[in-house]
Amino acid sequence: MATTLTINGEPKSFDAPADMPLLWVLRDVLGMTGTKFGCGIAQCGACTVHIDGKPVRSCMLPVGAVRNRAVTTIEGVGATPSGAKVQKAWLDLEVIQCGYCQPGQIMSAAALLGATSNPDDSDIDAAMAGNICRCGTYVRIRAAIKQAASGRQS
Amino acid sequence: MILAEKTILAEKISGDVSRRTLLTAGLAGGFLLAFHLPLRALAPNEPVQPPDATEGKFAPNAFIRIDQAGHTTLVMPQVEMGQGVYTAIAMILAEELDADFPHVTLEHAPPNDKLYGNPVFGLQVTGNSNSIRAWWTQLRKGGAGARAMLVQAAAQQWQVDPASCTAANGEVIHKESGRRLSYGELAQAAGSQTPPQDVALKDPNDFVLIGKPLKRLDTPNKANGKAVYGIDAILPGMKFATVAACPVFGGKVGKVDDSAAKKIPGVQKIVVLDDMVAVVGDHMWAAKKGLDALVIDWNEGPNAHISSKDIWRDLRAASEKDGAVAKSEGDIAKGLATGDRLDASYELPFLAHAPMEPVNATVHVTPSSCEIWTGTQIMTRVQSEAAKAAGLPVEKVTVNNHLLGGGFGRKLEPDMVVAAVRVAKQVDGPVKVVWTREEDIQHDVYRPVYRDTISATLSDGKIVGWRYKVSGSAVIARWLPPAFQKGVDIDAVDSAVDAPYDIPNLHVEYVRAEPPAVPTGFWRGVGPNNNVFAIESFMDELARKAGKDPIDFRRGMLGKNPRLLAALNLVAEKSGWGQPLPARVGRGVSVQPSFGSFIATVVEAEVDEQGEVHLHRVSSAVDTGIAVNPDTIMAQLEGGLIFGLTAALYGEITIDKGRVQQSNFHDYRMLRIDQVPKIEVHVIKSGEAPGGIGETGVTAGPPALRNAIYAATGVALRRLPIDRSLIAVGRKA
Repeated sequence: MATTLTINGEPKSFDAPADMPLLWVLRDVLGMTGTKFGCGIAQCGACTVHIDGKPVRSCMLPVGAVRNRAVTTIEGVGATPSGAKVQKAWLDLEVIQCGYCQPGQIMSAAALLGATSNPDDSDIDAAMAGNICRCGTYVRIRAAIKQAASGRQS
Repeated sequence: MILAEKTILAEKISGDVSRRTLLTAGLAGGFLLAFHLPLRALAPNEPVQPPDATEGKFAPNAFIRIDQAGHTTLVMPQVEMGQGVYTAIAMILAEELDADFPHVTLEHAPPNDKLYGNPVFGLQVTGNSNSIRAWWTQLRKGGAGARAMLVQAAAQQWQVDPASCTAANGEVIHKESGRRLSYGELAQAAGSQTPPQDVALKDPNDFVLIGKPLKRLDTPNKANGKAVYGIDAILPGMKFATVAACPVFGGKVGKVDDSAAKKIPGVQKIVVLDDMVAVVGDHMWAAKKGLDALVIDWNEGPNAHISSKDIWRDLRAASEKDGAVAKSEGDIAKGLATGDRLDASYELPFLAHAPMEPVNATVHVTPSSCEIWTGTQIMTRVQSEAAKAAGLPVEKVTVNNHLLGGGFGRKLEPDMVVAAVRVAKQVDGPVKVVWTREEDIQHDVYRPVYRDTISATLSDGKIVGWRYKVSGSAVIARWLPPAFQKGVDIDAVDSAVDAPYDIPNLHVEYVRAEPPAVPTGFWRGVGPNNNVFAIESFMDELARKAGKDPIDFRRGMLGKNPRLLAALNLVAEKSGWGQPLPARVGRGVSVQPSFGSFIATVVEAEVDEQGEVHLHRVSSAVDTGIAVNPDTIMAQLEGGLIFGLTAALYGEITIDKGRVQQSNFHDYRMLRIDQVPKIEVHVIKSGEAPGGIGETGVTAGPPALRNAIYAATGVALRRLPIDRSLIAVGRKA
């Protein structure tokens, strides 16, 4: 059964069962491997994407539930103002180590900035506590979100 | 700001590298390495061979290729798993090569011990925080030798003395005449130059790259989803599989009822091996649903009764025995008979690695070949183990390495690749085998349980006698048998035989005690994780017995360790040590000379009434010798401290009925951003040879936290992870 989704502004058609999580559609059907598999139970946030700009764990989101809402992934988030700011701050502050969790971190941070232009520490805690980083880049993630919000240059 | 325009990290290595080799042979020795391996006979780097210029590409050694357009490609002998080593290696090569650093391209090395064998291990291994320490001199010589050949080629063309030429940013310059030739223009001619026998290295004062906080080359593509990890490999016609191993260690597959699984759309095949079952499908979802639908009867075998309780009982009993002597100085009997004595024992749990990228491998087996796409810390071992599993000669096995989504020692094991090869042998075409997080955690190769028993005596506020015994699994005996000698696991006693303090009578023993059935392996921080925790925890208990401040007590015994003393003094100043704190808030300190870096750390933490621990602040001061990239040093310490503190607060794998009880991040917890304190890292300027940094923060955090809790509550915790029930209000250990 062919399904069409709008992903990063482009229509994508594919065959997949409706109960298949969006994560596996992206990675294994469409070959968009930027979105990562970390736990499969929405505990780590590595698979975070945006649905209509809101952060969602794609490992537990059945593709059939997406319907006609806009999907944004790490491959496309740089085209949004908050995504571009976050990506730049991530590199300016050299947040990234192994990088495997960072697509999810960046998607969560971009959604935060999209909703809250000047987040404080508790906003950052609330938005980012669902994303695990095993390399422990949290200190720089917090600093980078603040930098992205303020537009300050490093 | 320097940024790589283009960093290609997923391309296959092309061309015949076997004819190219290092300009220099032999071990870059003479500096402290945490391991002192007697292994040089295993696979020394090949001696000097003529350089190569196939297709006009200048390839003076195993690491450097310059084509006629001037593109410089650097081949990475160590793997990138987040520690920033690709950038550091590129900086070292580019420094001596005078390359155009922002525009270099990096490639993963293919499996080849002779060309890319880590000089300490004699094997192509990334671990033990020794990449920069082990390769420092060789990489510099590789870069300098290539530069010399480019300069010679230019001088020849200009008919001038090579000494009158300089090089910078990928060009040779003849200052007198103002002439310039790019490395691309010189590539062909440089290939026919004779490599210099003994090339001069730069004076560190002349470094233009080393020592600067340059931007990492691997991170731009990690921020936009383009970076390719092993799990991201995509091949035409590829299928997807996931596996279930017998939940009981060593158990076998009994009966498999696959009737329901076969009905699931997208399921292609059920592969039943003796110890695991794989479901192959059109995508991971089909494979996972198929696996869930299988009804498997396991033959659990003889390990089905094993529990953590029994493992600890056996380890405690083993630790009462005499061990193999790892080090003995002075007269321990006399030392322990002098002054006030304190005895204690410390215990550390099994730990899983849980890299964010679950273990995986993509494999294509044909009757005459086996090709692998994965991310591994052990390229050549993966190749040879895959060859055995495939039943093919080793030269028929191709390994394509990738960026690693975390390693932490998990990818020092080939088991996931071997399993994937066994599955792939029964599949037409390539198959990507991905472990679920549950399988990843329940079939890891675990950091062993350890028990450390210490006795020491104090006289006039100083240690007179010190007997230290480590009991636990000998990972080295399995992983690198030639290094296991006289019953001593050199990793298990690392940081114990070289404890930093002035102790006149010191005796260190090791008791090999293997837990039944539970596989054990290296875990970020390796032996020092255990020993630094025990030693530094015990030092605080001794300080209290001596009536001294923990930092003053340590200062008095660091006479032979001026670098560590300087780090301790700096962190005391920066952390606000000694300033008053509210009730149930404490500061704790740890020092360590591990991995060739000298680090002192202060943790400030609060223990609430329920015994929950809140991290307030962490300060570290480190002398890691020449800091190739100071920003990477800071990042590794920030992250390493969090990695270690995570283990101290939460890390424990327990066994019941022969199986691991934890399964995912809900019960094998990680620190999250809302729990992370302010972390300050102070890097001390040094001209000494570089030390290791990937693991130093990991080992520093837990004892400093434990000592902060000791200061806050008075409770001397002697076991990790931290038991909240012992430090809640109203409880005393």
